[in-house]
Amino acid sequence: MDADEMNNNQSGAAAGDVLLEMRDVHIEGFSDEQWHPIIKGVDITLKRGEIMGLIGESGAGKSTLGLAAMGFARPGCRITKGTIRFDNQELTELPKKNKRELWGTRIAYVAQSAAASFNPAHRLIDQTVEAANRSQIRPVAESRSDAIDLFKALQLPSPDTIGSRYPHQVSGGQLQRVMTAMAMSPRPDLIIFDEPTTALDVTTQVEVLASMRKIVEEFHTAAIYITHDLAVVAQMADFIKVLRYGDEVEEAPTRSMLSAPQQEYTKSLWSVRDFEKPEEQGDDVVLSLDGIDAAYGKTKVLHDINISLTRGKTVAVVGESGSGKSTAARVITGLLPPGKGQVVFNGEALPRELKGRSKEQLQRIQMIYQMADTAMNPRQTVGQIIGRPLDFYLGLTGAAQEKRVLELLKMIELDESFIDRLPSELSGGQKQRICIARALAAEPEIIICDEVTSALDQIVQEGILKLLLSLQKEFGISYLFITHDIATVKAISDEIVVMFQGKVVEQGLKSEILNPPYPEYTKLLLSSVPEMDPDWLTNLLSERA
Amino acid sequence: MNTQYENYSAAAEVGAVRKRRSRLERIWIDLKKAPLSAWFGMIVVFAYMVVALFAPLIAPYGEAEVFPEANAAWSSQFIFGTDQIGRDMLSRLIYGARNTMGIALMTTLLSFLIGGSLGLIAAISRGWLDQLLSRSVDVLMAIPSLIFALMLLSIFGSTVTNLVIIIALLDSTRVFRLTRSVAVNVVVMDYVEAAKLRGEGLGWIMRKELLPNIMPPLVAEFGLRFSFVFLTIAALSFLGVGIQPPTADWGSMVRDNANLIQFAGIDFRIGLTPLLPAAAIALLTVAVNFVVDWFLHKTSGIRDEH
Amino acid sequence: MSVCVSLDVWSKSLHPVLSTVLKRLGLGLITLFVVSAIIFSSISLLPGDFGEAVLGQAATEDTVAAFRKELGLDKPAVTRYFEWVGSVLRGDLGTSFSGRAASGVNRARSVVELVKPRLQNTLFLAGVTAIIAVPLALILGLAAALYRNSYFDRTVNVTTLTTIAMPEFFVAYILILFFSSLLPWFPSLANVSAETPFWERLYKISLPAITLTLVIMAHMMRMTRAAIINLLASDYIEMARLKGASRREVILKHALPNAWAPIATVIAFNLAFLVVGVVVVEVVFVYPGIGQLMVDAVTSRDIPVVQACALIFAGTYILLNLLADVIGIVSNPRLLHPR
Repeated sequence: MDADEMNNNQSGAAAGDVLLEMRDVHIEGFSDEQWHPIIKGVDITLKRGEIMGLIGESGAGKSTLGLAAMGFARPGCRITKGTIRFDNQELTELPKKNKRELWGTRIAYVAQSAAASFNPAHRLIDQTVEAANRSQIRPVAESRSDAIDLFKALQLPSPDTIGSRYPHQVSGGQLQRVMTAMAMSPRPDLIIFDEPTTALDVTTQVEVLASMRKIVEEFHTAAIYITHDLAVVAQMADFIKVLRYGDEVEEAPTRSMLSAPQQEYTKSLWSVRDFEKPEEQGDDVVLSLDGIDAAYGKTKVLHDINISLTRGKTVAVVGESGSGKSTAARVITGLLPPGKGQVVFNGEALPRELKGRSKEQLQRIQMIYQMADTAMNPRQTVGQIIGRPLDFYLGLTGAAQEKRVLELLKMIELDESFIDRLPSELSGGQKQRICIARALAAEPEIIICDEVTSALDQIVQEGILKLLLSLQKEFGISYLFITHDIATVKAISDEIVVMFQGKVVEQGLKSEILNPPYPEYTKLLLSSVPEMDPDWLTNLLSERA
Repeated sequence: MNTQYENYSAAAEVGAVRKRRSRLERIWIDLKKAPLSAWFGMIVVFAYMVVALFAPLIAPYGEAEVFPEANAAWSSQFIFGTDQIGRDMLSRLIYGARNTMGIALMTTLLSFLIGGSLGLIAAISRGWLDQLLSRSVDVLMAIPSLIFALMLLSIFGSTVTNLVIIIALLDSTRVFRLTRSVAVNVVVMDYVEAAKLRGEGLGWIMRKELLPNIMPPLVAEFGLRFSFVFLTIAALSFLGVGIQPPTADWGSMVRDNANLIQFAGIDFRIGLTPLLPAAAIALLTVAVNFVVDWFLHKTSGIRDEH
Repeated sequence: MSVCVSLDVWSKSLHPVLSTVLKRLGLGLITLFVVSAIIFSSISLLPGDFGEAVLGQAATEDTVAAFRKELGLDKPAVTRYFEWVGSVLRGDLGTSFSGRAASGVNRARSVVELVKPRLQNTLFLAGVTAIIAVPLALILGLAAALYRNSYFDRTVNVTTLTTIAMPEFFVAYILILFFSSLLPWFPSLANVSAETPFWERLYKISLPAITLTLVIMAHMMRMTRAAIINLLASDYIEMARLKGASRREVILKHALPNAWAPIATVIAFNLAFLVVGVVVVEVVFVYPGIGQLMVDAVTSRDIPVVQACALIFAGTYILLNLLADVIGIVSNPRLLHPR
């Protein structure tokens, strides 16, 4: 069926009309026994067929604002002030019953976690057509064939039968597209996309983005696209609004926003992407993985891995989820004894298991985790957390220990007032800094960094990366830096290891890996990373086609 | 790069900074916010503890002191009358607090000692030891504990020592399960892995990394287990196979005076007499439950904040 | 655990639901087996002089020896166990200790004869209670979950918390005090016999049934409420709301199909709880059920009767939990529709 034909049963409102108008919206959330402001007076004007990008860091209130556009407040939140007009109806005053008639039918929502947002008990197609059938937008019998057409339009594999599957039988990227079909089924006027690709790998993200953009364009649906990723929003939106701490920072058409951001905050967001360390060739190999095989039970996850790390340099191990990069780290630390091969440290093979390793060996290889939250005992103060390795490895106690803890705090750019804080009293970036200090306290030769910046906002990420680099310069520490993010790789690495399905695709200097000629997988991976160019996706798709 | 955001993070970045307060201040703030039911519970528990500790000072007569008039009515001499063989009801109620609560407390402590330590060991070690312990506990829990206790008491006889050991063993299965499941959640945390990677021993990990982080649910469970054990012992005594005479005990006091209830139509207060020890039991367990309910609500609320 | 291993081999060729159910049944069987072994071995733990205790001080060595032989104490424990299991499976639960005299005269009755009418009475009481309590508790629990944090919910919370914390006999005696002693509406003794007609029987057990209902309803309501609230917090429920589903639709179409497993667990747990609660309540109301039989047998240390009762209670308990697990497995779409 032709897309325009499919769109014809929609009321023939002219493009260019204002569809959604939010004025001076205030929203509060309840926590710690009182109401706190989340959104502090934001305006939104969205015309029919327009796509607005809403970007900001965690805690900016993006999702809350997106849901408010539907007149919906999560439990524990309330809209306290302002007007929300959707197609000339005031949502803040509309009775719940009438709002329900809009939801799912004229305003649809696409959530971040597709796996959690589909009801595990129903087939996909039944969930896809649920809203359309309720509103009786078309005969019930036609809904199914329409859903299958949508599945086709979204380039889902076997569109005729995928609907009869249950959510757990379908992969994450496919589910996200089915959810888009579900939103599109009643031909809404507005779709709210709430970080729909954040949980996906980059190569999957490209496919999902492409199919979402295609279908929204086909039906001229207006959309609010919420994300923290600038490059992604640049592909999708006509104009972008930047949000911070519940306030609007600025709003501009996508192209002018990208080329000439006005506000300091926006500029700083943009410039994060430009940071890059010049690569250096190392010579003295400090750690090497020689022909490592490893398995969890019977599932083999590493196949004949070879990686080497030189003194004072950074090797970035990059790959998508399931590529085995974190497993490699577990083999190095001794948590997972390899099935074959050995880990050589300073010319000596390390015992396979943690138990067999000496204190000295443990001290020389330290680790920093992705989630600083769970990497620190919530019942210990910063002083205790940093102090323990000092006592354990170096025998420092009492005043000497405290003196050293203060020195370490200074190195990570925190002052002495932090020494008796608990982890719950720190921000995300501060927590990660304390973890760095704890690793540093052991005076290691190698630090394994497992996705240490991926849970942090971009500006905070940059601060952590710079800190790591300056510490490397000062103490000559080698980093094995595990990440899935190419921008981070560019920023910090000297050498790069690309992993795919438990195998090393290639290892080499940054300049070699990031420039052609590429092995096939590296090419796919690198070309899938969104760029800050509104035409990137379009160009990529025509290139690949 | 503009410098404005260069040093954003360091000390200036605001985390979820809560106001810094001493532990006492925090407790006081929590208490002020506690609902009425929790206050009621705490006051009752405190009162029971005072009565149990100072029973000989408070009770007007001795625990086993027999007076000539059995089943005497309520009077100024015997505030709640006398029991079926002429002992002062009030004095026995007061001594009963000491006996029943003391035995229940001992049992609960023992069951936590056994179940708690085995649960921690199972959670850390995993592997065959964990499997063995967990499967055995599954089987033991497949028999209702009151029934199991009845059976074991019929074999070993009803002495206080047997009662404490049998109930503690049966109850420790539940403590084991809880401790293990809570500890397993903590064991997978990165900070425990970090401690292992540092080379810390089992003792340190148990004491410093695990225990402080599983205390809140364990404390709540202690309250619940205590009231459960208390009810089980009361039920066994009521059935005549628990604490044996002449020790004053609320469960058996209910049983011994139960037939007075039919005289309620003639003298309401006499009819109430068997309900007094039963009410004493109920009041304490209700109070403990109120406190635990508030505590659970409070500690789970803190978890939400993160 | 060789049974599990062989089941693993099987399961490769079976539908996951069937193989999981079979595995669970196998586990239940093993549990029952171990439990029966524990109950059986209790007789070996008896002190050596119990023969005299049962038969009286005047028992001669011959009669004691004959008694020991009757119990099979001269044979190895494993042989005895399998003989015992064999006879239990044939419906023979042994002979009661009581009714024996030192002289060797044996008027002891068979355990089955003692247990059977009592078991019927208990099942009647438990059945009546379950019929009243289960639907009532589920509906009220659901309502409390739906209107959570309302005054209704808060009242329910405090009331159920109070009821749970009270010993069963306290609830029972309060009911007796008010509805039997002060207002002579119901009998305080539930002394039924085999000849008691149905309606009179029902009337006589009204107080014990109400007591049990109150006790298990409180538990069941709290657990139902918690199970539903847990579900209502999931992302797919928010999604259903955002698709415009009404409150009714959210509950019936989106929450309920996922709630069978927790609800089955709640019901099974509480019926199992009923099995235990019945003991105390039967004693209070002098109801001739199996609970009272067991308590009497414990007091007189009539071990074969205790064993039989314990076996019946434990069996019921295991069966109910098994049933809940099977419902949970069968209603799980992940197992019903494997990848």
